[in-house]
Amino acid sequence: MTWTTLQTAMAERGYIASGDLSMALHLSLSLGRPLLLEGAAGVGKTEVARVLASVQDTDLIRLQCYEGLDAAQAIYEWNYQRQLLAIRAASEDGETGKSVETRIFSDDFLLERPLLKAIRQPKAPVLLIDEIDRADEEFEAYLLEVLSDFQITIPELGTITATTRPHVILTANGTRDLSDALRRRCLYAHVPYPDLETELSILVSRCPDINDRLCAQVVGFVQALRKEPLEKTPGIAEMLDFAAALMGLGIADLTDDPAILQATLTTLLKTQSDQANITTEVAQRIAGKAA
Amino acid sequence: MSVVSKFAARDAGPTARMTGFVAHLRDNGLRLGVGETAVALDALTHVDAANPKDARYALKSVFSGSAEEAAQFDALFDSFWMNGGKVKTRVTPTLNPTENKNVHSSRHADAEGEDTSGSGDLSTPDDTGDGASNSDGEGKLVATDVSNLFKKDLRELVLPEDIAAAEKVAIRLGAALRDRRSRRRKAATKGDQIDFRRVIRKSIATGGDPIALPKRRRPERDLRITAICDVSGSMTVYSRIFLAFLAGLMRADTNSDAYLFHTRLVRITDALRDKDALRALSRLSLLAEGYGGGSEIAKSLDTFANTYARRFVNNRTVVMILSDGYDTDAPDGIADALARLKKRGCKVIWLNPLKGWDGYEPVTRAMASALPHLDIFSAANTLDDLAALEPELMRL
Repeated sequence: MTWTTLQTAMAERGYIASGDLSMALHLSLSLGRPLLLEGAAGVGKTEVARVLASVQDTDLIRLQCYEGLDAAQAIYEWNYQRQLLAIRAASEDGETGKSVETRIFSDDFLLERPLLKAIRQPKAPVLLIDEIDRADEEFEAYLLEVLSDFQITIPELGTITATTRPHVILTANGTRDLSDALRRRCLYAHVPYPDLETELSILVSRCPDINDRLCAQVVGFVQALRKEPLEKTPGIAEMLDFAAALMGLGIADLTDDPAILQATLTTLLKTQSDQANITTEVAQRIAGKAA
Repeated sequence: MSVVSKFAARDAGPTARMTGFVAHLRDNGLRLGVGETAVALDALTHVDAANPKDARYALKSVFSGSAEEAAQFDALFDSFWMNGGKVKTRVTPTLNPTENKNVHSSRHADAEGEDTSGSGDLSTPDDTGDGASNSDGEGKLVATDVSNLFKKDLRELVLPEDIAAAEKVAIRLGAALRDRRSRRRKAATKGDQIDFRRVIRKSIATGGDPIALPKRRRPERDLRITAICDVSGSMTVYSRIFLAFLAGLMRADTNSDAYLFHTRLVRITDALRDKDALRALSRLSLLAEGYGGGSEIAKSLDTFANTYARRFVNNRTVVMILSDGYDTDAPDGIADALARLKKRGCKVIWLNPLKGWDGYEPVTRAMASALPHLDIFSAANTLDDLAALEPELMRL
């Protein structure tokens, strides 16, 4: 598979990827290196992983990072409740010592969390480590270790080596700077807001029923809105919601009804101050330009 | 940023050319190691390397590591590979100042500071020659009557007794700074959660009856103080207290870090850690050449955010800025530099001696633009004031 066939395969599944992004994905697959995707919220970083899993016809395993994420949530945990029950049952059956211990620290009592699960799949899955910049630095360091060796040591069980190497995609949107060590270990692609043409094709591929005029207006409007000083710039998902809302209301032309346009802006503007700033007049001006 | 090409027509084979390209990227500020060159060559075997578009995308994903680098990459790629056969001489020494910023070595960064040293940049009037003697620290309109004593001897300003007193304060402040944000739990004898893992382990000994219930709790972690002290002319009267405080801090807490700046930024941690307090001050005097001149807060903070902060500042750091906010530069840079610092996850405290005055408002543009980025903005012009910060630091 070359990067252009990957790009086409993704487009067939409704993801329009830029040249850099498809090349980065292609290289990440062929070199077996993790890929770090950076970009504002709502530009479709997470979606990349979903579509890639579908192209590769494999599972997507997702690890959502948050501050305080620890090994028990990311790698594995013992099923303590079951272990306690097993110990009680064993003592009533007269089973003791060594055999109980081997039994309760066996695979049956192990709860797999995403990282462990990802390296034990029969077919290489796509492992999405979402919003890595939210996890704290200890976790980042641990992750580096897992990503370079693809093996996990469980004291009671021994070292578990990867049966297959997952395709790793990390996403970040700049909550904090990532360590240079992590950046160096990854391939990198920056995912910007799509340009006009790309966004048009995204909208058409997601909403095939949309009429051409409304399609151009919606995309033009959202593109212009992104240039306004907003607290939260609308992403692609918001644009799609906006288009869906207009279509649901049976609007054929954006400039028809200022009141309806203003009402549907709730799909695009997600903070109070943004809603206050984009008044009917501003919205009409932008819509007029987009039309 | 200047784009310097080193394309050498004589380079034989792809490996040499790729090495040349990596050198070209390094010259232009990208931080790349030998490993990336190998990955790049490997990557090119997976694409149509003869096709410029393929090669560009492939090398971009390997060599860039951040949004800025990705944006910069296309121009660098063009200038190296697409310069239409224009051949430069083999090695062009570059005078690109960004080069040093990315070298992770304090010596380099110091050297960089030196060639920009603007010690003659006087922002304060220079009339009486005797500003040091009235340095008691309270209520003087400094900027008007203190001279710029070039190469001022800090030993006259800071006494070893001060350092001893400051050390006590520094120890207390250090103890107040504890990171309570951790959500990760650790085994502990007293805690708010049961540590199931250890319950199981212990219950095996008692035939499965969980008798002992070990607990887990959130550990408290030390925060590291990184102090940046302004020693420009307008700060001279307060410098005595602050420098003593820094010296005390360095001695009390081996994790802390100190810098001073006037028109450039100098790392003084190692000098202040000298076992002999007096010798530490002599070393400091040497480092602090230009002491008492103008201050370029924005530039110094920017240098800090781009160099030392990359190594020393993380989410467990409290950056303590001791400055009056009078900047000889345009002040807009301060907010940018602070924003960049905050992105590293640290807390920023600004201690401004002027704030202790009645009716002081942070009206200087520098101060006003900095305010939104500060976690604590507080007054401090005596050691007692610094000690009084303890409860505020507890709340951080």
